Amino acid sequence: MSAPEQGTYSTAYQAGMREEMERDATVFVLGTDLYDRGGHFSQVNGLGERFGHDRIRDTPISEAAMVASGVGAALAGARPVVDLNFMDFAYGAMDELINQAAKIRYMWGRPVPLVVRASTGVAQGGAQHNNSLQTALMNVPGLAVVYPYRPWDVKGLLKSALRGEDPVVFMMHKMLTGARGPVGGPDELVPIGRARIARPGTDVTVVTYGYGVGLAEKAAETLSGQGVDVEVVDLRTLAPLDVDTVVGSVRRTGRAVVVDEAPHLAGPAAEIIATISDRAFWYLDQPVARVTGAHSPIPHSPVLVDALLPDLDVIVRTVRDVATAQGPVLDPAVGAGAAR
Amino acid sequence: MSTDDDQAGVLTAPAPSAAGPADLPADGPALRDWLGDMLLIRTFEETADGLALRGKVPGGMHPAIGQEAVAVGIARGLRDGDVVAGTHRSHHHALAKHLPPDAVMAELYGKRDGANGGRGGSMHLADFDRGLWGTNGIVGAGLGIALGGALGSSILRNGSVAVGLFGDGGANTGRTWEFVNLAAVWNLPLVVVCENNLYAVETASKSVTGGTSVAERAAGFGLPSHQVDGQDVLAVQVAVRAAADRARSGAGPTFLEMLTYRYKGHNSGEVVRYRTEDEVLQWRSSRDPVERFSARLTDAGLLTPEQLTDLADRARRTIDHAVTVAEESPWPDPSTAAGNVSAWSDSQGYTR
Ligand SMILES: Cc1ncc(C[n+]2csc(CCOP(=O)(O)OP(=O)(O)O)c2C)c(N)n1
Ligand SMILES: [Mg+2]
Repeated sequence: MSAPEQGTYSTAYQAGMREEMERDATVFVLGTDLYDRGGHFSQVNGLGERFGHDRIRDTPISEAAMVASGVGAALAGARPVVDLNFMDFAYGAMDELINQAAKIRYMWGRPVPLVVRASTGVAQGGAQHNNSLQTALMNVPGLAVVYPYRPWDVKGLLKSALRGEDPVVFMMHKMLTGARGPVGGPDELVPIGRARIARPGTDVTVVTYGYGVGLAEKAAETLSGQGVDVEVVDLRTLAPLDVDTVVGSVRRTGRAVVVDEAPHLAGPAAEIIATISDRAFWYLDQPVARVTGAHSPIPHSPVLVDALLPDLDVIVRTVRDVATAQGPVLDPAVGAGAAR
Repeated sequence: MSTDDDQAGVLTAPAPSAAGPADLPADGPALRDWLGDMLLIRTFEETADGLALRGKVPGGMHPAIGQEAVAVGIARGLRDGDVVAGTHRSHHHALAKHLPPDAVMAELYGKRDGANGGRGGSMHLADFDRGLWGTNGIVGAGLGIALGGALGSSILRNGSVAVGLFGDGGANTGRTWEFVNLAAVWNLPLVVVCENNLYAVETASKSVTGGTSVAERAAGFGLPSHQVDGQDVLAVQVAVRAAADRARSGAGPTFLEMLTYRYKGHNSGEVVRYRTEDEVLQWRSSRDPVERFSARLTDAGLLTPEQLTDLADRARRTIDHAVTVAEESPWPDPSTAAGNVSAWSDSQGYTR
């Protein structure tokens, strides 16, 4: 077997899209600034020329109409990908996404094979362009929410989404756009709803997703030099959540930290910890800690942004504390809430 | 188009005088002030654009070079106490509403002395004391805030008028027309301004916009709707003042489509491939708002070459000072980052 091809987070998406469009003539993409610009994150670069204006379809800035037309086209038997560029713009199409796409199978028995792709995650751009919508969307019955970290998973998850039956929200972290790594071939699918062990370890489990995976891997690297063997679980999909992989890991290590950049209150981390409590409570040696974004919008100034997010130092400190504590930790603030 | 209501209808020439350009008032000092504001905006934007390319503006910015007359004409057509709500491309609106350039520049940098302490940034500037009810990162959203401001004005009977801005791209988002409709049926003191610079990011708006013009579309909502030469500050000012007077008198909203042009790409550093260099040159050489207005003032004997040089020098000095302030201003205190989210959440200890 030859070594897998290398690519970036963004070119992996392009490649997956191109292959699926070649494989299935009903797959098409709609959104603003796709044909010439290739999207705001180069996600469909070069596909306009290859597939033409009908299948790389430019729209006006009409988010409700974009998602609505995707829902209807999916019902008609096509395979639309609505590309919102930024996840934040989904707010203008929430009814179409949540009250239509997510519920039509349940109400009327007709699946809606729709993919809504958007870049997301905290970066520059201030409060209105840095929402963590995964929190709200994973709470919507009927939606799958994927949030890959590696180029490999971007491509493989896209393929699964485009060959599945039901709506998938495809979230890609802005800070990973240019990140490099191996990319699978045309038939290498990554199943939706399955986490992966990004790094095996025996002392403590760090559960995370998206940009958090890279941070967790770095923290694990640092801690391995201090005698702490960290296992990192990359969720890849937030809904449906891969409970078995998370619980299996925590049962082995007996200790867990959840790293999540979303705002603290009722965020994904809270759900993950509740799941661990449900299914692995008697295996735990310490309470589960979480390192999350502060419960705050994202400001413009980089120094303020940094102060709100999980950073390497806090993750290292929290994971070390959870991994090494014997008996009750008297400082309940360990890992509680925001980075600071 | 309905003609039942003779207040509605599209004029394709500047509203108050379809016959030709509005007469120049004889008030030399005031008009030179307008020109000074336009020069200030031009200098600010060119400087900030260069700084953005050097990485000084986190996240970059959307320069409004070429659109100065729209902003200054609007601000000069309003009274103190009137309100403007802007877009993602709004430094010109902010400066025309006389936010201090120091504070705007420092805000772009994300510094403590910024208009919003570094929290807002280029797309989210605000100064409620000066009537800037936010510039906005969400296409079409500023108009909604202005709509609400107009509703507030009508409930409180405080006589203020609100101006809501959006672009040709914003003319295709549904919320824009919800706002226009409600302003019309509630007869609110709102001036709706579509700043039509022909492009939304890399999309030529004519390729994704039905109908003959945005102003024509608006007329269907039953409010007067006009196209205005957005490169003529006086035409803008006259149209806005007339619309604001009308709104203040209780006669309701007006829609103004300002025909303008942005010289730079959508954002600083964008490689522009979707229009010709020729087209840009055409607009720059024949319709530049700063040059046209200074020529007009000169012809009318209201501006000497020395006065023009003096205005340009003053703009340069002001902006140089703004850059110094932005450079030297400290970063905001990181310990404040999660504060002032909501009085409710602060009291519950949720923010940390
Ligand atoms: C709801 C929403 N959708 C998409 C965007 C991304 N976006 C920002 S500016 C812009 C183009 C806006 O074009 P226009 O309204 O013509 O304003 P201009 O940039 O020309 O000033 C787009 C698509 C956004 N900010 N908000
Ligand atoms: Mg535009």
